[in-house]
Amino acid sequence: MADTESRFQEELGAEDLADPREALAPHREHPSAKEYIRIGVILAVLTALEVASYYVDVNTSVLIPTLFGLALVKFVLVVLWFMHLRFDDRRYARFFVMGLALAATLYLIVLISFRAFLV
Amino acid sequence: MALAIDKDGGSHGGEEHQTTTGLPSTKLAMWIFLASECLLFGALITTYVLYRGVSKTGPYPGDVFDIPYTSVSSFVLLASSLTMVMALVAAQKRDVVRMRLWLLTTALLGLTFVGGQVYEFTAFYHEGLSLSTNLFGTTFYVLTGFHGVHVTVGILMLLSLVGMSAADRLPDDAAFPVEMVGLYWHFVDIVWIIIFTVVYLIPTGPDVVR
Repeated sequence: MADTESRFQEELGAEDLADPREALAPHREHPSAKEYIRIGVILAVLTALEVASYYVDVNTSVLIPTLFGLALVKFVLVVLWFMHLRFDDRRYARFFVMGLALAATLYLIVLISFRAFLV
Repeated sequence: MALAIDKDGGSHGGEEHQTTTGLPSTKLAMWIFLASECLLFGALITTYVLYRGVSKTGPYPGDVFDIPYTSVSSFVLLASSLTMVMALVAAQKRDVVRMRLWLLTTALLGLTFVGGQVYEFTAFYHEGLSLSTNLFGTTFYVLTGFHGVHVTVGILMLLSLVGMSAADRLPDDAAFPVEMVGLYWHFVDIVWIIIFTVVYLIPTGPDVVR
C-alpha cells in the first residue's frame, strides 16, 4: 500500500514537502486586485476587437485566424490568471491540459474525417 | 513522504485531512472535472461545426443572430469573471462583507446573462427557429442551452456560498470554497469565449445573410 502510494506520488511528481500545509498555499502568490483588473481590461479590449472585426469587410481566410487568435489569447489569460494555473502547482495544469489536448485531438480528427472546415 | 492537508471546502467546517498526492483533493478533483467538461463541450461545438451551413430550410444564423445584443451578453459574462476573482481577493483578506457583495454581483451578472439567453431563445422561436426546425436550430439550442444550464448551476453555487456565509457555515478562511466555485465559473466563461467566436462571429457558409 505504502509502495503504491509512493509510486503514485512519483508519477505525479509530488515533492517531498517539509510542511504538508505548503500544498494548500499557492505555488506563487496569487495576483493582486489591481492585476486582476488589468487582466479584465485587456479581456474587454480583446472582446471589443473581436466584435469590431465582425463588421470589417475582410476575407474569411484572414478573419477566421484573427478571431481564433483573439479567442485563444482570452482563453489563456483567463486560465492562467483568473484560474491561477500560472501560480498554482503544475500538476493541476497537467490534468487540465491532458483533457484539453485529448478533446482537441479527438474532435480535430472528427472534423478532418468529415471534411468540415470553418472556411 | 509527501502528504498534504486537504481543506474540504468548508463542508466539514474547514476540517483538514491528509492526501497522498500532496495536493488538496477537492481542487484536484475540480480540475479533473473541468478537463472532462472539455470533452463534453468539445463534442457539442464539433457537432455544431459539422452541421453548420448544411440546413436546407431557414431560419439561418444570419436571419436570427443579433451580434450587438450577444456582444453585450459576452461582456457581462466576462465582467462576472472579474467580480469572481474580486470575491476571492476579499475572501483571502477575510473581508466577509465584500466577499458576499462580490459573490452577489457575480451571481447577478450571471443571471443577466441567462436572462439574456432566455430572451434570445424566445426571440429566435418567434422568428421560426425551434429545436426541430433544422440542423442549425438543433445544434445551436443544444450547445448554447447546455452552456446556459452550466451558468445556472454556477449561479446556484454562488448563491449557496452567500447563503452559507450568511448562516456562518463557511470556515473563517473562506478562500478555498470561493476559489473552487470560481474555477467552475471561469471555466463556464472560457467555454463562452469559444462559443461566441465559433457560433456567432465566424460567418457561416452559403446560407448566411450578413
